[in-house]
Amino acid sequence: MELYRGKSVFGGIAIGRLHIYSRKNLQVKRERVEDAEAEVARFHAAKEKAIEQLAELYEKSLTAVGEANAAIFEIHQMMLQDDDYIESTENIIRTQQVNAEYAVAATSDNFANMFAAMDDDYMKGRAADVRDISERVLLILSGQEADCVVTDEPVIIVADDLAPSETVQMDKSKVLSFVTVHGSTNSHTAILARTMGIPALIGTPVPLDASLDGRLAVVDGDTGQFYVEPDEQTLAKMQQKYDEMQTKKELLQTLKGKESVTLDGRKIMLYANIGNYKDLSLVLENDAEGIGLFRSEFLYLESSTYPTEEEQLKIYRAVAETMAGKRVIIRTLDIGADKQADYFELPKEENPAMGCRAIRICLTRPEIFKTQLRALFRASAFGKIAIMYPMITSLAEIARIKQIVEEVKAELTEAGVPFGTPEQGIMIETPAAVMISDKLAKEVDFFSIGTNDLTQYTLAIDRQNDQLDEFYDSHHQAVLRMIEMTVQNAHKENIWCGICGELGADASLSKLFLAMGVDELSMSPGSLLFIRKIVRETNVGEEGEAVKAQFL
Amino acid sequence: MKEFTYVITDTEGIHARPAGELVKKAKEYTSSVTVIKDEKKADAKKLFGLMGLGVKQGMEIAVQVEGNDEEAAAAALEAFLKENL
Repeated sequence: MELYRGKSVFGGIAIGRLHIYSRKNLQVKRERVEDAEAEVARFHAAKEKAIEQLAELYEKSLTAVGEANAAIFEIHQMMLQDDDYIESTENIIRTQQVNAEYAVAATSDNFANMFAAMDDDYMKGRAADVRDISERVLLILSGQEADCVVTDEPVIIVADDLAPSETVQMDKSKVLSFVTVHGSTNSHTAILARTMGIPALIGTPVPLDASLDGRLAVVDGDTGQFYVEPDEQTLAKMQQKYDEMQTKKELLQTLKGKESVTLDGRKIMLYANIGNYKDLSLVLENDAEGIGLFRSEFLYLESSTYPTEEEQLKIYRAVAETMAGKRVIIRTLDIGADKQADYFELPKEENPAMGCRAIRICLTRPEIFKTQLRALFRASAFGKIAIMYPMITSLAEIARIKQIVEEVKAELTEAGVPFGTPEQGIMIETPAAVMISDKLAKEVDFFSIGTNDLTQYTLAIDRQNDQLDEFYDSHHQAVLRMIEMTVQNAHKENIWCGICGELGADASLSKLFLAMGVDELSMSPGSLLFIRKIVRETNVGEEGEAVKAQFL
Repeated sequence: MKEFTYVITDTEGIHARPAGELVKKAKEYTSSVTVIKDEKKADAKKLFGLMGLGVKQGMEIAVQVEGNDEEAAAAALEAFLKENL
């Protein structure tokens, strides 16, 4: 077995035989010609044929990959019709009395170098387009056909790099994955792989040896690993991962767009947890009905100084707009001594889990809190944003938050800055909050139960400590009863209550949560459709009491 | 000769596709069309030259039109820029 590592541009598993894609080796020789005009005519004929091919490719890719991706072939046509390109080629043929091939290659180099030298990544990328169109002309001049990947079974394509025209000409049903030695994450190959939804790796240092052709290989687009002739154990592991992925894909097909409703008509909101706005594609792919927990920490952790109001606004607004009217619950800063950015200069603590973290930092450093609140209130004007405050233990904290919120709103109003009216809720993740949830429910718009911390604080067990495994029970009655109590207290005040911790994605508890009347479950996007499936197969009226008796 | 200036608002600057459209538009007229960015000039009827200017969002370009149909060409090109770039 050989293992190579590349940079993944799209996740997923591909298992299959390798096809080493070789571009026809077009050695261009400089030859003197007597009849320059005949060469100019050859060039024009080849160029016209290339434009024709590109027009066909454009039409073909319109349906295959959509207008945005097909546009490249329209641009390629324009490039071949360009006076600069044509004049340069004609000029070289005539003044140097050389063959059309040489003139095209020289022109290609000149323009590709011009683009490559520009200080703009987009324009640098156009160098590949110039080479691509020129190779098409050269191929026609040579009278050869491109490698179209003619195989019976689908294969994993391995290549040095792939030009857009090359990827589009391939029969999609025969391509399992792309692995390239070069290429960039924004290359057309990467974009096409994402559109096709197949795993792809770039920057993979694999030798392009013809002897690899036909060997069995595995591409793991989640980890960037590429196994050639995997051993039995690896193959079995990857096969299992692949099967799970397929099951999920099939689920996705059948459950996408369906309501999360039980057989007897009880609806539950299935939302996604995300830690970065980059995860939004996963949210949409898995058909989340909203975002139940958007951890705003990344904004602080990925920065070397406090993120400004404008920087935060940009991200919150983008998320709200992308979700287009669906609820986006953004949790305010939740960091502590165990997870902090240097510039916060938090003192080291003996017990960070119970130290100065989350809302405690926000209330002791209101200037940081206010910046985030201003950004959140302003972003609320662009979508359905909800604000969620973490680590609440008392009514006094709520009162202080409300006071700061009022200050922020007054400041925005005075400055004439528009803002929305977001829902405001709290995380229930301390036993203290559970015990006073009847009173807290009168003060806020919603609850979301953070089961990870709630379990840790209730059982007094550090989950990172694996020596305590025998004492740890993730379904401990104490925790489940706390959840039930919280839900009941929320409903008494007519507010909704969700769960955003790991238990939310625990399939063995979904029926229990339905029976308790939990209004929302938020989980990593990958789990959503499994849980939707369970919801749609549950009859709360018939199963509810038995499930409750089993767990509570 | 007609001359006008325009500040690019497209986030990508003068990228390939609108550049190609601009070339097509310029070719509809017999007048010569020159796009100037800082010290650099390009013939608006030539795609590579135009892209080679590397015009990005927020940059100002000057467009010079000279010829028999310069009035109509300048008006059409200005309208095109406003709509597409």
